[in-house]
Amino acid sequence: MPTTAELLSVDEKNLVPTLSAAGKKLSTGGDVVMDFSEVRQIDAPAIKALQEFACLADSKAVKVVLRAVSVDVYKALKLVKLTQRFSFEN
Amino acid sequence: MIATEVKERVQIPLTPESLSAERIAYLESLVAQAKTAAAVFTQYSQDDVDRIVKPMVLAGLEQAQHLARLAVEETRVGVMEDKVIKNMVATEFAYNYVKDKRTVGVIREFRDRNLAEIAEPIGVLFSLTPITNPTSTVLFKCIMAIKTRNAVVFSPHPKAWRCCTEAVKVMYEAAVKHGAPEGVFTCLESPTIPDNAYLMKHKDVALIDATGGPGAVKAAYSSGKPALGVGPGNTPVYLEKSADVNAAVVDIIISKTFDNGTICASEQTVVIDDEIYDTVLQKFADLGAHICSEKDTVLLEHTVIDPQTGFMQPMAVGQKAADIARFIGLAVKPNTKLLVAPIKGVGREHPLSVEKLFPVLAVYRAKSVPEAIKVCIDVNHAGGLGHTAVIFSRNDEVIRKFGEVINAGRIIVNSPGAIGALGAVYNDLVPTFSFGCGTGGGNSTTDNVNIYHYLNIKRLARRTQNHMWFRVPNQIYFNMNAVENLRQFPSRTTIVVTNKALEQIGHVDIVRRHICPKTHVHVTVIPDAEPEVQVIKQGVEALHFYKADQIIALGGGSVIDAAKIMKLQYESPDADLEELAAPFLDLRKRVVQYPTEKTNRARLIAIPTTSGTGSEVTPFAVLIDKEHSRKVTLADYSLSPDVAIVDPQFVMTMPKGLTADTGIDCLTHALEAGVSNYASAYTDSNAMQAIRLVFKYLPIAYENPRDEEARCMMHNAACIAAMAFSNASVGVNHALAHAFGARFGVAHGRANALMLPHVVAYNAAVPTKFMPSPYTQGYTAHKKYAIVADLLGLGGNTVDEKVKKLVEAIEQLLDRLGFPKSIADLGISMEEFERAIPELVKNAFDDPSWRSNPRMPIMTELVELFRKAYEGRGQTKAAA
Repeated sequence: MPTTAELLSVDEKNLVPTLSAAGKKLSTGGDVVMDFSEVRQIDAPAIKALQEFACLADSKAVKVVLRAVSVDVYKALKLVKLTQRFSFEN
Repeated sequence: MIATEVKERVQIPLTPESLSAERIAYLESLVAQAKTAAAVFTQYSQDDVDRIVKPMVLAGLEQAQHLARLAVEETRVGVMEDKVIKNMVATEFAYNYVKDKRTVGVIREFRDRNLAEIAEPIGVLFSLTPITNPTSTVLFKCIMAIKTRNAVVFSPHPKAWRCCTEAVKVMYEAAVKHGAPEGVFTCLESPTIPDNAYLMKHKDVALIDATGGPGAVKAAYSSGKPALGVGPGNTPVYLEKSADVNAAVVDIIISKTFDNGTICASEQTVVIDDEIYDTVLQKFADLGAHICSEKDTVLLEHTVIDPQTGFMQPMAVGQKAADIARFIGLAVKPNTKLLVAPIKGVGREHPLSVEKLFPVLAVYRAKSVPEAIKVCIDVNHAGGLGHTAVIFSRNDEVIRKFGEVINAGRIIVNSPGAIGALGAVYNDLVPTFSFGCGTGGGNSTTDNVNIYHYLNIKRLARRTQNHMWFRVPNQIYFNMNAVENLRQFPSRTTIVVTNKALEQIGHVDIVRRHICPKTHVHVTVIPDAEPEVQVIKQGVEALHFYKADQIIALGGGSVIDAAKIMKLQYESPDADLEELAAPFLDLRKRVVQYPTEKTNRARLIAIPTTSGTGSEVTPFAVLIDKEHSRKVTLADYSLSPDVAIVDPQFVMTMPKGLTADTGIDCLTHALEAGVSNYASAYTDSNAMQAIRLVFKYLPIAYENPRDEEARCMMHNAACIAAMAFSNASVGVNHALAHAFGARFGVAHGRANALMLPHVVAYNAAVPTKFMPSPYTQGYTAHKKYAIVADLLGLGGNTVDEKVKKLVEAIEQLLDRLGFPKSIADLGISMEEFERAIPELVKNAFDDPSWRSNPRMPIMTELVELFRKAYEGRGQTKAAA
């Protein structure tokens, strides 16, 4: 059954708390789209938060789409093998 | 007393079985932190990186003394004051080297070569650091890692763990404070050999940087990971008689006592010329060294060198000379700086000839320069290959020779070895704390390890527009009676090379009439066939005999080719035709160069008597070598005639068959040059014009041989087409025709005609295999055929239609000229032809002509083309 995706805007400074809050609200089977257009760089805590968010999403069968991820951020995610945990939209 | 990595790290087992699950989890956490940090780091700009490096350097300088004190207290190796200097060199000097270097994004650009180098970080480095230079090595590696956006997991030598951990902490705090990713440096707690083994094999460790003894280096290189390993040295020093002895002795003492000799580039055996030996030893003594007696030397040999292994005793490493003497019971003056021990050779029977990382220096008296250098080679090979060597001399010849024969990554001249090798103090070597020892030391580099070894350097290679050329004789005279222009070429003696038939029909007389007055003229008649070696020899003899200064080649392609080769051999008697005929792919990169030195000079004037080969303007000549049963093709622009006279009066009597054959040869030249991978706007203009002239005038010249205009235009067309293919070359049609013509004795033009429609259709189709060509943009053969069709007004709306029309037009032209439709029409049976096909294909593929063809022919396609030519034209389809 088609579901409506939740759209989440994230910015560089509040990435960790935003992910943390979003993680708590994840409902089984839904889709989440995160808009990364305002994220120029990610740091180690953000990577850790994304890893945790990916685990949580997996456990609830939630598909997470990262939208408008910059090339630099995408490469960093690739190096820590996080790209395989998410879907990407340009 | 103390220990060193020398013995302890000799064998690092690569099996981490002894690790507990808890320890593995700990090691994994270190690598995971570093991996995340390295990933984050990839997003940093050059400015981001440089903003971090400078405060790190300042923090290192601030803590230089503190860290040096910690190092000496913990390791009990070396001299505190010297370790402060080392820490300062590791920070300040390293910074001075790296501060303006680009290490992010494009780091170097070579605009004239269309090349750019782009830095890619390596990722996670696993770094072993030594006991001898513990904190300085850590400081240096941290700065290099940040500058290159890498993360490092450090494994210090266990007996230098505390000081190294402190050094990592100083660097880490400064780096993170100024924006470096968290986890960028981590340091193993209580490192063990199994820890190292585990990390060396870890999938997320990208590079091992092992600064230490041979065991550590060997383990790093054996791990299967990319590794930077540096190793032990055994620095030979040649103190040559021309040297400034005072300066040399001071430099050696500075170096050998610096940090009590712990730098592996420090001097180990000084080979001294006999003439200055006593003076040098006296100078050492005057400056505080103890010169050992034979008895002292024997005592040292038995105490500071391990008799079992032949290596230095760890207990002596980094200790003061006076302390070592006291410990072994050698009586020396207080404050003795250095123990100087004369030795009589190198090797196990001379124990002090090995590496000694403490202030004991072996000296050797050499009777001559060769002996001295040989002893240095022996020392170099006794454990110091690829590392460091030193020479003191003012004799550049000796210095050069020393540099040539000693295998050392650093050959230090007239300066202290240890500090000289560190770089940036006494010379312009790159500052480092890791000395690459090359393959001699089992290393991958001989460099002073630096930032560039911490980077993957990517090369962005933009497509380069290769230079092209258009070379033709600088004087071409054409149209009826152009031969009159011969008058303007003064000559003492002219040789006319021609054949019997042309002499008989009066062509030679016409030429004679127009040669500059008062010229001695001699005629050399050669057979009307491709020239043989013997014919060339006779011609060259005639040129020498008459001391000719001008050659007039009057004839078809064979005569003109013969004259070209005669001129070559006359002007350059040493020219080796066999060598000059060596194959090549690119004219400008060919291995064999044609001679430029000329002992004789002669002007070559070519007057063609056929309208096809265009040999009067081409740089090619073919020679038959009967002795070896082969055809030799020469190609070089120096073979091109100096003057071409394209006078149609010499072709007015050409027979119909020859007119057709040579005319189609000319058309093939133009069509192949037009679609060649070497085609240019310059060659295209010639090719297109020649095609237009052939379609218009060849039928007329064939049907009405006395038509002056048609003959004239066809004669011009042949020359114009030749100018095109002289610079753009030909293609697969010629390769097929050469093979077929040679095998079945069919005239070249006729053989070309049998292949031509099939080859045009073949080249117009989408290639099975494209031919690599830097000169062309995309595949254009079909489009260029369409342009030809438009030029000829053949009609058609699409490229495919136009190609089809062109093929039809070629077929109609061939029909009109009376060419056989197929190979079968020549009376060659299918069986005979099929039997010949393997040889035909082999020879066609070996033929260099197709190398400029737009489509790379594969063997099966050559077979297919031959079979199509056998079946005949009229059914050729221009493939889509």
